[in-house]
Amino acid sequence: MLTGVDLQPLWLTLRLACVTTVVLLLLGVPLCAWLASRPDRPGRLRSVVEVLINLPLVLPPTALGFYLLLTFSPTHGPGLWLANTFKIQIAFSFSGLVLGSVLFSLPFMVQPLLAALRQTPRNILDAARTLGKSRLSVLWHVWLPTARHGVLAGAILAFAHTVGEFGVVLMIGGGIPGQTRVASIALYQEMEALNYPAAHAYAAILVVFSCAVLLLLQVVQRRAR
Amino acid sequence: MSLQLQFSRQIAGRNVTVDCDIPRGDCLALYGPSGVGKTTLLRTLAGFDRIDHGRIAFGAQTWDDGQRYTPVERRRVGYVFQDFALFPNMTAARQLAYAQPRQPTQSVEHWLQLTGLAAHGQGYPQQLSGGQRQRLALARALASEPDLLLLDEPLSALDASLREQLQESLAGLLAQTRLTTVLVSHDLGEVFRLAQHVLKLDGDGATQYGTPQQVLLQRGQYGRYQLTGRVLLLAPAEVQCRVVVAIGQETVTTLISHTEAAGLHVGQAVAVSLNGASATLTALS
Repeated sequence: MLTGVDLQPLWLTLRLACVTTVVLLLLGVPLCAWLASRPDRPGRLRSVVEVLINLPLVLPPTALGFYLLLTFSPTHGPGLWLANTFKIQIAFSFSGLVLGSVLFSLPFMVQPLLAALRQTPRNILDAARTLGKSRLSVLWHVWLPTARHGVLAGAILAFAHTVGEFGVVLMIGGGIPGQTRVASIALYQEMEALNYPAAHAYAAILVVFSCAVLLLLQVVQRRAR
Repeated sequence: MSLQLQFSRQIAGRNVTVDCDIPRGDCLALYGPSGVGKTTLLRTLAGFDRIDHGRIAFGAQTWDDGQRYTPVERRRVGYVFQDFALFPNMTAARQLAYAQPRQPTQSVEHWLQLTGLAAHGQGYPQQLSGGQRQRLALARALASEPDLLLLDEPLSALDASLREQLQESLAGLLAQTRLTTVLVSHDLGEVFRLAQHVLKLDGDGATQYGTPQQVLLQRGQYGRYQLTGRVLLLAPAEVQCRVVVAIGQETVTTLISHTEAAGLHVGQAVAVSLNGASATLTALS
């Protein structure tokens, strides 16, 4: 089935999903710990941040991609400044794909992780604090291990969602072969070129991958129970 | 290093005022019916909640006086929660190792031995029985080498016979460690057995402070309670027999008929039912 199919988009997709998941873990864990830290007094700022995180769930991916492209276009605004000052190009580069994927997959990491952290009994965290432990120690040794199924579910969902992204990565990345042409874009381009066997190969791989992810997620959830 | 509690705070719309000084090594019981704010007071001592007015201090260190505030992490308190709040991801030994300060004076094995858990060091909380979990929670609190031990109804989740047995070992541990302790309880027997001081909280926010006998055994104030104790003295008189029963560190004297006294002997375990000003004794096997 893979004979004659360019594997590069598949490797790029895998790389993008891995990097995005790692960035989301590094970003999502402290963010969720902060959001879940005061359940009795959530505060206005926490509510606003939670709404912003969940925005990609209802926002058309192309809209997010469009604004990212405008912001980071190398010809003006922040994009031009980044290019001139740090020689960094976000639009039409792998960094841009990562940025778009992180923003777009953030709710998929945050939702299960936040739910798991909020489910942890407060007494357990209070007990750790009475032992003289810092908030970081409590998070690392008690809170995250107790909510590990949420961490795992968030990572799986974020990874899978990044693999299946289309609108955002097309807008910010442009589908440049060898640089920003991920599997979903390759599938679309092959279909447009009427190369159905290649399109079929990409589609089949994505379908099989999605099924595997859902199965894995089910196993994680069953273990958590 | 005494525990000085002179403060007031709002609990469920009632202003609760506390004024007591607990010498080092003594145990104060917060006693009262459910919902009067015993646990809230204990959490205030731990540093989870703030006071409205007054001062909480331990020795020379002010913990809260409205301006200065020592956070819970720096108060060096050992807290045993009502539901034990054990870490589900750690074995018993790991929980104790995590609880220990940077330079512990005692080993993990010492605390396991002291609480009778030497054979369960590798067990997770969910693999332990109720009594073992209670002892692990206590061992974890002690392993942190606290200055003050706070116990929130530590035996209430256990059945009566286990409670009786663990009360005994808890009393032994408190005597051995000489730790200043604050205990939340609505079990009168537990209060008498473990505490030298009691702060009784009423539903209207009023408080009474003194020894358990002063506060809880005043004529006409104690309603209906059941305690367990041991007969210390049986002194037959002409009409009735005078009986002295030891309940914890206090004694109760009552008069019973000769017929009732015939079934008792010195050293016998008895249930003491207090109802109004009268007491009824029932022999326990």
